Amino acid sequence: MEVPEIELLAPGHRGCAGCGASIGVRLALKVLGKNTVAISATGCLEVMTTPFPESAWEIPFIHVAFENSAAVASGVERALKAQGKEDVNVVAFGGDGGTVDIGLQALSGAMERGHNMLYICYDNEAYMNTGIQRSGATPYGASTTTSPAGNQSFGKTETKKNMPLIMAAHGIPYVATASIAYPEDYMKKVKKAAEVDGPAYIHLHQPCTTGWGFDPSQTIDIGRKAVESGAWSLYEIDHGEFKVTYRPQKKIPVEDYLSTQKRFRHLKQEQIDQIQQYVDANCEELGI
Amino acid sequence: MTKKVMTSNESVATAVRLAKPKVIPVYPITPQTTISETLAQYVADGDLDAEYIRVESEHSAMSATLGASETGVRVFTATSSQGLMLMHEVVYAAAGMRAPIVMADANRAISAPLNIWNDHQDAIAERDSGWIQIFVENAQEALDTTLMAYKIAENKEVSLPVMVCLDGFILTHTVEPVEIPEQEDVDEFLPPYEPVHQFLDPERPMSLGNFADPVFYTELRHEIQDAMDRSKDVITEVGKEYGEKFGREYGLIETYKTDDADIIIVSMGSICGTIKSVVDDLRDKGEKIGLLRVRSYRPFPYEEIEEAVKNASKLAIIDKNVCFGVGGALFNDIKARVNKEAYDFITGLGGRDITPETILEIVEQTKNPVKDVNWIDLKEDY
Repeated sequence: MEVPEIELLAPGHRGCAGCGASIGVRLALKVLGKNTVAISATGCLEVMTTPFPESAWEIPFIHVAFENSAAVASGVERALKAQGKEDVNVVAFGGDGGTVDIGLQALSGAMERGHNMLYICYDNEAYMNTGIQRSGATPYGASTTTSPAGNQSFGKTETKKNMPLIMAAHGIPYVATASIAYPEDYMKKVKKAAEVDGPAYIHLHQPCTTGWGFDPSQTIDIGRKAVESGAWSLYEIDHGEFKVTYRPQKKIPVEDYLSTQKRFRHLKQEQIDQIQQYVDANCEELGI
Repeated sequence: MTKKVMTSNESVATAVRLAKPKVIPVYPITPQTTISETLAQYVADGDLDAEYIRVESEHSAMSATLGASETGVRVFTATSSQGLMLMHEVVYAAAGMRAPIVMADANRAISAPLNIWNDHQDAIAERDSGWIQIFVENAQEALDTTLMAYKIAENKEVSLPVMVCLDGFILTHTVEPVEIPEQEDVDEFLPPYEPVHQFLDPERPMSLGNFADPVFYTELRHEIQDAMDRSKDVITEVGKEYGEKFGREYGLIETYKTDDADIIIVSMGSICGTIKSVVDDLRDKGEKIGLLRVRSYRPFPYEEIEEAVKNASKLAIIDKNVCFGVGGALFNDIKARVNKEAYDFITGLGGRDITPETILEIVEQTKNPVKDVNWIDLKEDY
């Protein structure tokens, strides 16, 4: 796949070195191009790219609040339609907190109403903008500032909310998972999502150097380990048809993924075994 | 021009049809619902060419309305009470982002206890949001004000959202004769919306809703204050222009027999109709009573009120709301800037009738005042 050279998220924004979210947005905008309006939830992405009077966005951008990017996008999409500008892509971005927790209602409503928009959840598995608090997308065993590991705790005691399947249950034409560590797979999905008539949802896994606790040079490597271990899987549900889009040749032990990050460093063998069981069961279900 | 008997909700919907908004995101709530229903029917019948979005909450209603407005089209939404409370966060954002949204608020009490009937607490709870708030007295004024609201909001010196406040049930569900302007006259008065400041367009990309640190935040908030100040003249000018075109002129306030009045009753909304009738009765008995009706609650017309009450000895202020700990909002706003002996009467909460007898009691208590803030018609046993 040829990667377009165009850059629509300008360099010099305030993202951390090794920020996975900005990679996710850059790649998506390469596919979507200039004829696009972006909507963002409150969160890392919005704060790091739009400090007044500056902006890193080379396309029209709007932010209103934390939980309503899908609702704002609904209004944008219909206003474009009313002006005969149906050719403009509408893409909404929300972090995992803004998507699977506080923004779930607005997103569900927008998907049910069938707006022609692409929603991309950039999932870094916790509330990173406020300083690494547990979200519904935080995985089992991860230590966050509100689910800290301690003498009586091994971190988050619940498993990650299965957001892509919740979106699929809306019967929308296109749902996919992706990872910034597999840009070609991700960009193909963004292209499909943009071309589909109606709502599309992409759940993008993106390691966070600050929140997960690893060296900024390791973002992509850790993203790959998540997929190679089966802790994160790449698939799409295109008009109801489920398809795995990437299969690891030979899965690596999930411990090889967990051990790269400070958030899992406290885990005992018993919990690591538990996570391996979760991963195996999930992969079996998906046929990976 | 045609004349029709209709509720204020229908007259608001009629005005919206005439104003031709392009996007209408709404969520049902009593007593606003018939505005949304009427607009849905207009769209279904092809009488209004608009994108009608059936959102899943009022929070999303205001979010989608703001998103559409910032994409450069005229918009409308309506709500009430709990719906406005749920919108609260985005109500502030709409003013902060300087979106010329027009919203009808069918004024209703706030829970708890749950109550669907009229008072002004919902609108009062949003008074500091940066929205222009205009309270109307009847169905005709509801129609006229909705049309004027677009012209005020979209004025480039203003660029603020406008909330048209109409009393739940008392206005929203009561029929009155209403003059409906002709479409061509409305088109002349209110030409199609042309966004001047900012809007989402790939041809000229810009970022809206940025975050602002302490270096900029204060100045951006101060710009809202300036716009609110400028809006006073715009409201007055638009009211005059409307009067010239349609024969009904509106100002920031309305005065009724205040020139020589000793006691002036001050209030907002539909109750002012009853008060005018009581004023007439008392005038017949030789009492010098008048009414000052506040139409524009935000911006608050201090100068106009000061001028109108300068010869009076006392003010009797009727508040259909309460700011717990300090009395009614209207009372406190007036006391803050108008140097006049004033008494507050909190009444009509949660839809309790304010009868002519209530008004007479308020006048009597004002003549022989005991305390500043008074709850009227309180039952001892209930």
